[in-house]
Amino acid sequence: MAKLTIEDLKKLRDSAKKSTALREGETSVKVTVHMGTCGIAAGAREVMDALLQEVTEAKRSDIRVITSGCMGMCSSEPNVTVEISGNEPVIYQHMDRNRMRQVFKRHVLLGEVQTDFALARVK
Amino acid sequence: MTTFRTDLLLCGGTGCRASGSIQIKEALMRELARQKLDTEIRIIETGCNGFCAQGPIMIVQPDNIFYQKLKVEDIPNLVEEHFLKGRPVKKLFYKEPASAATIPSMDDIPFYSKQKLIVLRNRGAVDPENIDEYIARDGYIGLGKALLEMTPEQIIAEVKTSGLRGRGGAGFPTGLKWEFASRSKGDVKYALCNADEGDPGAFMDRSVLEADPHAVLEGMIIAGKAIGAHQGYIYCRAEYPLAIKRLGIAIRQARNYGLLGKDILGSGHDFDIEVYKGAGAFVCGEETALMQSLEGRRGMPRSRPPFPAQQGLWKKPTVLNNVETYANIAQIIQNGGAWYASIGTETSKGTKVFALTGAVSNIGLVEVPMGISLREIIFDIGGGIPKKRKFKAVQLGGPSGGCVPEQYLDTPVDYESIMKVGAIMGSGGMIVMNDQTCMVDMARFFMDFIQDESCGKCTPCREGTRRMLQILEKITQGLGEPADLDLLEELSHMIKNSALCGLGQTGPNPVLSTLRYFRHEYEAHIYEKRCPAKRCVKLLKFEVDPEKCIKCGICFKGCPAKAIEWKKKEPALILKDKCIKCMTCITNCPADAIS
Repeated sequence: MAKLTIEDLKKLRDSAKKSTALREGETSVKVTVHMGTCGIAAGAREVMDALLQEVTEAKRSDIRVITSGCMGMCSSEPNVTVEISGNEPVIYQHMDRNRMRQVFKRHVLLGEVQTDFALARVK
Repeated sequence: MTTFRTDLLLCGGTGCRASGSIQIKEALMRELARQKLDTEIRIIETGCNGFCAQGPIMIVQPDNIFYQKLKVEDIPNLVEEHFLKGRPVKKLFYKEPASAATIPSMDDIPFYSKQKLIVLRNRGAVDPENIDEYIARDGYIGLGKALLEMTPEQIIAEVKTSGLRGRGGAGFPTGLKWEFASRSKGDVKYALCNADEGDPGAFMDRSVLEADPHAVLEGMIIAGKAIGAHQGYIYCRAEYPLAIKRLGIAIRQARNYGLLGKDILGSGHDFDIEVYKGAGAFVCGEETALMQSLEGRRGMPRSRPPFPAQQGLWKKPTVLNNVETYANIAQIIQNGGAWYASIGTETSKGTKVFALTGAVSNIGLVEVPMGISLREIIFDIGGGIPKKRKFKAVQLGGPSGGCVPEQYLDTPVDYESIMKVGAIMGSGGMIVMNDQTCMVDMARFFMDFIQDESCGKCTPCREGTRRMLQILEKITQGLGEPADLDLLEELSHMIKNSALCGLGQTGPNPVLSTLRYFRHEYEAHIYEKRCPAKRCVKLLKFEVDPEKCIKCGICFKGCPAKAIEWKKKEPALILKDKCIKCMTCITNCPADAIS
């Protein structure tokens, strides 16, 4: 490895920060995949896979991916909740890989709520 | 780069390793793989998290959930419930000892919330074996500033402004020490790090080295620039294998990045560091003895002057600082001396790390701002004395220090105030004692330690500590005489005034401070042949007082020698021919009925 200059060091810091951002960085978007037994049975794991791929490609370190339990509406699973700071959380229903990608690209990144898949807006 | 959704920060400090964190890590890896979560969730083994009594500890981020006392058999359920299904497992949360309430979030646990982290800012938050994680938290940025934007004089001025004083215990102003060394003439100078932590009950330096080795390296490189040194040595005791291993990894990684070696960060400054393993003699924490040992000779102190700043290692100008002192430096350079000086009291700036141990609920490593009271540390952060016992005293500064009794618990933590009540700041050992500690026996323990560790070079220390130990042993065995107390005091003052090095000069302190605050305990041993704390075996009869006995049977159940007869609703009876005098019954008796 070549010797670092101060510029290299700062670049290295900024890229390393992305890797440790989970622990301390700013959170501007929280995406929750509901992973109750019902959610998993309905395909929540695949939704999670697709979501993590999207997060990786987006190169954004301020997005947190969280799992949580069943919401009680098992028939609407897999459910995903998107919460952009300062906005009301939106719950999506019957998610799959493609719907997840669309929600991520349009809602998470661009802020356009995908009403077609939405179950509810949480107040 | 793959994106992980969760980081599991598993404590891999020596404390948590001893309580099984390696097995926990293996079990986690197994379960995560089985549930196919290993691409989504990452395990980071961190250094000491500080809350050692609750180990093994794991923090889950970004959820900020604190799990404690993990067992291998908890892991499958934990992985499925929390990491797969997102339902944190309450059973493994921290429980507040007083209210029995469970607290899921680390920031809400009183042990953490009252602390202020500078030295320990990376503890439990980074992988100490990965330099990139240190850099992610602005590591080596202070070094860049010191090397590229500051002159040695400016660095020294900044450290002076900060008011930082030696954290090894004596509290000498660090900036002044550096100034002396920088003014000494000579091409070859050395910057040394004292990691020969030896006080019984102290583990601050080990934890810093294990959790954040780069912080120490960075401080040393900056010291090198300030005094004009190009070589540093870390003198670390061989009993700290994990600290030595992580230092070795850190040094290799820093060399790879060119942060050690020639022309660091293109500044033209050269500096390299080696670790020297010490054999664990207490006296080698004394600066001149440490340097003798580094030179390959028997570790014995020599008289000063010449001071190490003029003639130290191999007779070259040398600066020696403690681990914790160095770990402050990069922060001071990065944020400015004035920032550091804004924390603390008039004479003592910044924070101090303490190893809180003994009869206290929350045993562990704490970093507090100077000026906080001992009471806050012991009762708010430490959670008070367990088992409804009463606080008796707290021992500060190990064998060189003294004890502080209840009436001085509101003493603020700073060098001068603690000195006034007869103890010393010391390197940070803080041993809490309850009413079951015999202060004479405690003084005997420390004198035994000092006498054992005395190098034997000077007579007052070699012979004097031995005489003192003999007298203390006599008293604890019930053979003490009235004249012994005066003799102890006379010997103490003589040794303090005439011993060659700090070990001897401070060795009588535990005796003097217990005589000052607990003279009545000495007198009970001598005149009444009675140990008030019931710790000195020779002064105990091992008899149950039938009037005090509450007939609970706890002594009967605990006796390992089956030497106690007890039936429900009848007082217990100790059979003297079977009794092995292990004191289990005395320690456990809720009614204090056995003496």
